[in-house]
Amino acid sequence: MITQILGTALFGVPVLLGLAGLLLPAGDAGRSGRRPAAALGILGAALALADVVFLLAATDKPIDHSVEVARFGDLAVTFGVSLGPAALYVALAVTVVALAVQVYSVGYLHDDPRYAPYAAQVGIFTGAMLLVVSANDLIMLLVGWEVMGLCSYLLIGHDRRLPEAPRAAVKAFLVTRVGDVGFLLGIALLGVSAGSFRIADVLANAPSHLTIAGLTVALLLILAGVAGKSAQFPLHTWLPDAMAGPTPISALIHAATMVAAGVYVVFRLFPLFARSPGALAVLGVMAAITLLLGALAATAQDDLKRVLAWSTVSQIGYMTGALAVGAPAAALFHLLTHAAFKALLFLAAGGVIHAVGTNLMSRMGGLRTHLPATFWAFVVGLGALAGLPPLAGFWSKENVLVAAAHATEGEGPAPAWVGWVVWLAGLLGVAITAWYATRLLLRTFFGPERSRTEQWHVGFDDARYEREHGAPHDPPRLMRWPVQVLAVPAALLGLVAFLPGFRSALELEPPHLEISIVLPLLLLALGAGSAWWLWHTAPGVDPARALGRWRPLFAAGFRLDDVQDRLVVRPVRALAAALRLVDERVVDAAVEGAGTSTSRLGQTLANAHRAALPRAAVAVFAGALVLGVVAAIYGAAS
Amino acid sequence: MTVADVLLLALGAVAVGSGAAVVTSDHLVRSGLYLVVSLGAMAGLYLVLGAELVAWVQVLVYVGAVVVLLLFAVMLTRAPIGPSPDLDRPAWPALIVGGGVGLGLAALLADAFRWTLYDRPEPGTTERMGTQIFGQWVLPFEVLSILLLSALVGAIVLSRPDIGARTGEEA
Amino acid sequence: MHAVIPYVTGALLFGLGVYGVLRRRNAILVLMAVELMLNAVNLIFVTADAAVRATLVGVQVEAWAYPNGRPAHSGGVFALFVIVLAAAEVGVGLAIVLQYYRMRRAVHVDEVALHHEDEQVGR
Repeated sequence: MITQILGTALFGVPVLLGLAGLLLPAGDAGRSGRRPAAALGILGAALALADVVFLLAATDKPIDHSVEVARFGDLAVTFGVSLGPAALYVALAVTVVALAVQVYSVGYLHDDPRYAPYAAQVGIFTGAMLLVVSANDLIMLLVGWEVMGLCSYLLIGHDRRLPEAPRAAVKAFLVTRVGDVGFLLGIALLGVSAGSFRIADVLANAPSHLTIAGLTVALLLILAGVAGKSAQFPLHTWLPDAMAGPTPISALIHAATMVAAGVYVVFRLFPLFARSPGALAVLGVMAAITLLLGALAATAQDDLKRVLAWSTVSQIGYMTGALAVGAPAAALFHLLTHAAFKALLFLAAGGVIHAVGTNLMSRMGGLRTHLPATFWAFVVGLGALAGLPPLAGFWSKENVLVAAAHATEGEGPAPAWVGWVVWLAGLLGVAITAWYATRLLLRTFFGPERSRTEQWHVGFDDARYEREHGAPHDPPRLMRWPVQVLAVPAALLGLVAFLPGFRSALELEPPHLEISIVLPLLLLALGAGSAWWLWHTAPGVDPARALGRWRPLFAAGFRLDDVQDRLVVRPVRALAAALRLVDERVVDAAVEGAGTSTSRLGQTLANAHRAALPRAAVAVFAGALVLGVVAAIYGAAS
Repeated sequence: MTVADVLLLALGAVAVGSGAAVVTSDHLVRSGLYLVVSLGAMAGLYLVLGAELVAWVQVLVYVGAVVVLLLFAVMLTRAPIGPSPDLDRPAWPALIVGGGVGLGLAALLADAFRWTLYDRPEPGTTERMGTQIFGQWVLPFEVLSILLLSALVGAIVLSRPDIGARTGEEA
Repeated sequence: MHAVIPYVTGALLFGLGVYGVLRRRNAILVLMAVELMLNAVNLIFVTADAAVRATLVGVQVEAWAYPNGRPAHSGGVFALFVIVLAAAEVGVGLAIVLQYYRMRRAVHVDEVALHHEDEQVGR
């Protein structure tokens, strides 16, 4: 009973408090007006965190209960929670990051007049993500999924003063929507074939009711939704533009939680995926392409947040790659560590942006002495990102690469070539990730200070902070503490893998420190070293200059935005214009035409009545003639 | 081909010919005079067919009164004596309809009666016609008298010159 | 006699009358054409009368057909009635034409405005 209430409260409390927060008046209520909104937001995240901690500590078997809420013929929709240890760990990560973001936002958005709806929407989003994590039923999962998409749209477009924000929000919404169509179809297919939407039932029944081909089709449809939400190729184009949202949102949604939701769904449905080598192959190829695409694009960006966004795309490629080679535990472990270090990086980046007043790295530089706390946070975060031992990222990335290497032997559920593809892409990615991480660190914190010397104008920087007079300095307390708190798991979470309890909960393999870790470490050293060497030979110059002609291509994300525009946006717009034309010219014209033709007919008849005398005489006689002829012919015929 | 046929043909030709001249002439007064010829030929036709009373009534009333009335109206409306060019409307609707009616009816009647020979009946003298009128047709006769009376009154009323002024005062 | 000859004559005269009604612009000429039509009808009546009587010679008919014991002259009687009607019609019609002439100084039928109710009748 207690577990039922706590399980439901896990997502219920943040949602309810968030909805209550929406009732607060928006607008600039001043400092005192923000207190209730901040209180509701922080309280929601804190209560959820306490709930998770309690459930982790107090329960020893997975929580699973459900109650039926709707019935469509033979199909039942149930409402319930299913919280195994894996789900609880993910929920823990979500609530920790959410709490950190809520606290951080109080400081970051201290002069934003629309803080109250923002905090409420973050709360609702947290609840929706927790619903996805704890859902027992595919329909409930879909509900949480969609609410997350909605909140993401609202939050990306939060700052109305930016011209890019509404467009980025719509782009995010539409691109993920395209994926969600496939997601819905996949869920429908699985649910109908299994006879029920409960995940346990689907896992048990769907394989027996579907052929391998049918199962593959359903799983590919679900992968469409995963690709959309988790920003995998080809539906990844929304994530870099979504950086128009406030930085805490980027930390919460686009680093730690929503983009990980897709990975989590595949994790939950993995027994089905394991039966379909086709789906795993597609996932593997998608993962490899995304991995390299994100990493290469990150090397050429000038915008600090965009580097992190493309890095997110790339790291989720690692997670989906791990899933593709049949190691869901490794994917989940990387999800947890990524949540920690990416949220850390984004929040720390918020501090840098707040201090300098711009997003662009070309306007930063030499900030190490001015922002020491932020600098060390970046060191920890970037080290974890690159996979520097003993930080968290090293262990989780190691797991992924080892799993991929094992899969090349062809024993797992995925074909052997998928293992090769993922493994090679992963290794290459290690080098490129190290390169761009080093570049970011050097460009932002070392070298000459560009922010004071060059004439800069504000690009798009969120929260429109006025650049503070005086030297840049570390952010205030409310923004610093969440960063420092997040630095702890970013550093130490990897070592948790040695704990047997954690390992068995996730079904992880024990980390092996053997010869196979040498190769990634070498590649890391290669990447970081080359970036450092470029910097060393030409200090202050952007190492990305070494990319030469490729730089614009990488910076534009391989122009996939343009490809999408050509292939999808323009035909859809043309179709919409054509439909509008049809609606106006054909449908409306038919309706109006019925009226106009009737009145014209009446007008004609009225004019006929007003015919002059001779014309009327002609008409009468002609009519008589016709009648006579008809009568004569009829009479002759009969 | 009896004598009656020859007479019928000749008088019919005259009637049709002058009828055509009535509707095609561009002299207004000449149309009226052609109408006289046509109506006279018609009276001749009636005579041949044995309707004596009708023939002479035709001459008296139609030729003597109606056409005279028409010519008076021609005079009173200041119609030009010479040819007038704008006397006609476009020809083709009239040709189609008129030609259709005339030729259609002719074809119908010719097809109906072919070349049947009928005996000449006894003529419709005044005595006989009068017996019919005041015997079998007395009611229509009385109604027609009333109609004539009303037409007479109506014509007088309609042609009063001060009607316009009275309507003008009321308006 | 061959009755078809006056029949065809009547038909042709009727057609000529229709032609005249539709072609002529002067109202009086239209009335003349109407007279032609009426005469054609009269001719048909009289011819039919003669043909019927000729056909029915020797036929025993009912008593009501011959109320006076003599063969009927219905066609001729009708022709007389038509002549009377034509006279009355010409009288009234010409009165209208003259009145219209007073208004318009012309009697062209295709200038008669039928749909303007706010016309003033005046000199």
